[in-house]
Amino acid sequence: MHSRLRSLSSCLILAFLVLGAKPAVAQDWFRTAIGMDANKPRLAIADFAARSDSAKPHASLFTKVVRDDLQFSGILELASPSFYPPQAPSVPAEMKPAVWIDPPTNANFLGLGNLSESTAEVAIEAWLYDVRSPSSQAVVGKVYRGAPTDAQVRKFAHQFADEIISKLSGGLPGVAATQIAFVSSRGGAKEIWVMDYDGSNQRPLTSLKSISLTPRWSPDASRIAFTCFAPNLGLTSAQICMFSMDTGKLVSFPRFRGTNITPAWSPDGTQIVFSSSMQGNPELYVTDVNGGRPKRLTMVNGASMSPSWNPKTGQTIAFVSDRGGTPQLYLMNSDGTSTAKLDLPDKGYVIDPAWAPNGQLLAFSWRRPNDNYDIYIMDAATQQIVELTRDQGRNERPSWAPDGRHLVFESTRGGSRQIWAMLADGSQPRQLTTAGHNESPNWSTR
Amino acid sequence: MRLVSRSHYRTGLIAALVAAAFTFGCAKKPVAQTPAAPAPAPAAARPTVTLQASSTSINKGESSTLSWNSTDATELSIAPEVGAVTAQGSTKVSPADSTAYTITATGPGGSATATATVSVNAPPPPPPPPTAPTDDELFLREVRDAYFDFDKADIRPDARAALSTTADFLKKYPRFKVTIEGHCDERGSTEYNLGLGDRRASAVKQFLVSLGISADRLSTVSYGKEKPFCMESNESCWQQNRRGHFVKAN
Repeated sequence: MHSRLRSLSSCLILAFLVLGAKPAVAQDWFRTAIGMDANKPRLAIADFAARSDSAKPHASLFTKVVRDDLQFSGILELASPSFYPPQAPSVPAEMKPAVWIDPPTNANFLGLGNLSESTAEVAIEAWLYDVRSPSSQAVVGKVYRGAPTDAQVRKFAHQFADEIISKLSGGLPGVAATQIAFVSSRGGAKEIWVMDYDGSNQRPLTSLKSISLTPRWSPDASRIAFTCFAPNLGLTSAQICMFSMDTGKLVSFPRFRGTNITPAWSPDGTQIVFSSSMQGNPELYVTDVNGGRPKRLTMVNGASMSPSWNPKTGQTIAFVSDRGGTPQLYLMNSDGTSTAKLDLPDKGYVIDPAWAPNGQLLAFSWRRPNDNYDIYIMDAATQQIVELTRDQGRNERPSWAPDGRHLVFESTRGGSRQIWAMLADGSQPRQLTTAGHNESPNWSTR
Repeated sequence: MRLVSRSHYRTGLIAALVAAAFTFGCAKKPVAQTPAAPAPAPAAARPTVTLQASSTSINKGESSTLSWNSTDATELSIAPEVGAVTAQGSTKVSPADSTAYTITATGPGGSATATATVSVNAPPPPPPPPTAPTDDELFLREVRDAYFDFDKADIRPDARAALSTTADFLKKYPRFKVTIEGHCDERGSTEYNLGLGDRRASAVKQFLVSLGISADRLSTVSYGKEKPFCMESNESCWQQNRRGHFVKAN
């Protein structure tokens, strides 16, 4: 921990020596940039009451999932359940605000409710109250009804958590209902898989039985573009493949000569930018969403790949190129003009650029000399950087959650390559996959 | 193998019966008083003969000894090949193929035969004449991959030599088309390595074209670090994985 702090601060100092800024400002700009203020509201989520014995498992599941979601939200502090008063209110009338406000719970807000269940339906009543103004209306009051399955109860819990997060973060929606696409070789071949944002409900999308890589969600989350080797489709080299979440099948996409890899979407979802050697050298090309009218954006020696299109402005594309000898990050206008290298305060390999939803922060992976790959974030305007991982194996391919407060990435810290998520300040890393090898996560855009 | 012919045996038996009938049966014949005929001379004994082979099964080029014995024979002959022989004896034979030797013994009392067969084992079939190597064997034997430095797509001196050998092969056998696979070691990123592997495959292709190989015969594919030849994390293994690898495409 010490070494990490030391490295972090020395890295920051180095960055600010270069840029002439002061480290003290760094923490503030960064906290503000990722929307995580120091003063967080403190919540308690009472155990949801089961109205019958048969409802107990789902009441426990609902409570657990809501707490996990809130714990990982980054915008609030969840009081430890071991501090809670013994009596959990099942409806607002049973609520005794004082016992939740008092130490050790010290809550500002209280979530509570109940769950009843028949063989046909589960019904959940859920509220959030500001316990310091108990006379006021509920901050959140919801009734959820649906099939009495684990999957549906999880879904309702994610919805309730997102309601709370949205209310307490000034309208920015939570990400508990989002999904993460990734590559898994657990079945032998590398296929595209998808899972809930918390790692549950992992399932394969493709069965090309070959090598599928670099999934990227379309802005409306209806499609996933990815890199495919599909000899059983007659494709001899890497190509761009397109999967439709609506039909559960591949959508046709034209084939190009050479190596075609690392697709990324324009923010309006009408264009794809990807690396192709269709004319010899691996350059970036942009096509319409159906692969038509390819237009070359780069034209230099070396290979260019891994583009990320600024999702906020649509004006800038970040990408990787080894035109200078080693892979480094470059920025260019989305029409291919005004290319500039992103300068970092040290040498090494710089790869995997990923724009944050706010279009200001750029996450990337950097292998500094004599070191391993780690995840960093840069403010594109000021070029200030923060290191998020340290001395924990290889950490690569960050992808932002739509709330801009979470990142998912791949890491070998546990021995094998797995998908991890963390808050954008590097805290609360949690492992999402364990089966086989898993890589190249991409967080859904909604 | 010894055989006495059944037909000769029968002939002897009939002769004896006729002789007996002649001796006793005619006594009642109403014949005029004639003086008794003088007793005929006793019938000559029928010959007997045996033939044996010391080895009844030999390999080609080896020999076997035929031995025979006879009685009451004045002439003996072994066929094939051997010809006239004495009343008893032995001789070496070295037949090229399996042969049934028959000895025929002839004497005043008739003749008899005996047979001995010497089988000659066929020699092992000669090794088939050398066949032309298959295309896969040719390819494996004569085509050389090109190896690269870390993070580079430049053709090294050792790769120039390897690719010259490969070019010679492709000139000698114009029927071959090849796919050049670009491969990388595990240290770079998945995505960057796909680009680097593409550059390596292209560099190999360009070099072969410069040596006079038609580009139509050369296709390229990059596998980045997705299909390593060697799975360990050390330099010798990484070097194995940094290569332009040839695969026969037809």
